[in-house]
Amino acid sequence: MPEATGTDDIDGVQIDLISGQRMDGMASMEKIRMILDGVHDGNIVILEEGLTPDEESKLIEVTMAEISPDEFNGIEIETYPKSGPSDSSLLGRIMGNDESTAKLTVIGPANQIETLHKDETLISALVSRN
Amino acid sequence: MGLFTELKDSISRATDRLFSEQEPKRIGIYGPPNAGKTTLANRIARDWTGDAVGAESHIPHETRRARRKEDVEIERNGKTVTIDIVDTPGVTTKVDYEEFTDEMDKDDAVRRSREATEGVAEAMHWLREDVDGVIYVLDSAEDPITQVNTMLIGIIESRDLPVLIFANKIDLDESSVKRIEDAFPQHKTVPLSAKEGENMDEVYDNIAEYFG
Ligand SMILES: Nc1nc2c(ncn2[C@@H]2O[C@H](COP(=O)(O)OP(=O)(O)OP(=O)(O)O)[C@@H](O)[C@H]2O)c(=O)[nH]1
Ligand SMILES: [Mg+2]
Repeated sequence: MPEATGTDDIDGVQIDLISGQRMDGMASMEKIRMILDGVHDGNIVILEEGLTPDEESKLIEVTMAEISPDEFNGIEIETYPKSGPSDSSLLGRIMGNDESTAKLTVIGPANQIETLHKDETLISALVSRN
Repeated sequence: MGLFTELKDSISRATDRLFSEQEPKRIGIYGPPNAGKTTLANRIARDWTGDAVGAESHIPHETRRARRKEDVEIERNGKTVTIDIVDTPGVTTKVDYEEFTDEMDKDDAVRRSREATEGVAEAMHWLREDVDGVIYVLDSAEDPITQVNTMLIGIIESRDLPVLIFANKIDLDESSVKRIEDAFPQHKTVPLSAKEGENMDEVYDNIAEYFG
């Protein structure tokens, strides 16, 4: 079961890696609920297979509804592999032109994932695992 | 014009519309905050109807409710294309009221951010249910490859909506239209400056062609 859970240390970051298999059996709103529950707890949620465009649109909508001052600022979301500007085939994959291509998706609380951005080794570890 | 002729005129206009094959297409103006969506909507509305749509501001999330301007008649090559334009709040995945506290006090900043989140949710809803085509506005002085742009374009494509990408703010030195064309090669990119009114002929030609 490719699901990893970090520790609950005060200064630790929990990472939930959710397999495509587990997501397959879930309804769209269940997926969104699971993602946002994780993010509300301060976790980084990694989806092995990402979301459909329709689910992404609902994720934005529900995220907006849950933003509240000094508590929750929203999410940061990234999909990998990230394309270079001139690589149109890769971009096509991210754009979802090829529905079958899984896109690893990382979602986290907006106020914390910035730290993740800066951590180059964590991002490259994610990319190489795919 | 006498009251009677005016009345007759407006009744015949209404029946025309009732019996015409198509309702005016509803064109949503989408894009990230501050790209110039309202400036564009205002320019289109002023050019063809004489009045404006909404307030423009350098502070992001100025537009916090989708605003519609109905029956904008655009004339191109002797033909008239009628569209409704919907100016939407800039889409984002996060809103932090502290972004605005330099410009206003905390209460106003908190209110602005709450309205912004409601507006973004509303804009997403419009996109799923209520628009027939999309003008996606980008600030050409900024990197177009962001997660929000990629996601939004993906959502628009998945709904099979006709889409034009507008590379706005070409009057700025840092503007790069090519960067946008390279990022979204599958779509037509139209360069313009909504603020200065540059290249508006090409803008209207493309609106007529894509949404007419
Ligand atoms: N230089 C330049 N500035 C522009 C142009 N179009 C808009 N702006 C400026 O960009 C800022 C944002 O413009 P708006 O039209 O309010 O942007 P918006 O996309 O509606 O923003 P939100 O409603 O906050 O999502 C304002 O300061 C405008 O004057 C342009 O073509 N060139
Ligand atoms: Mg606006």
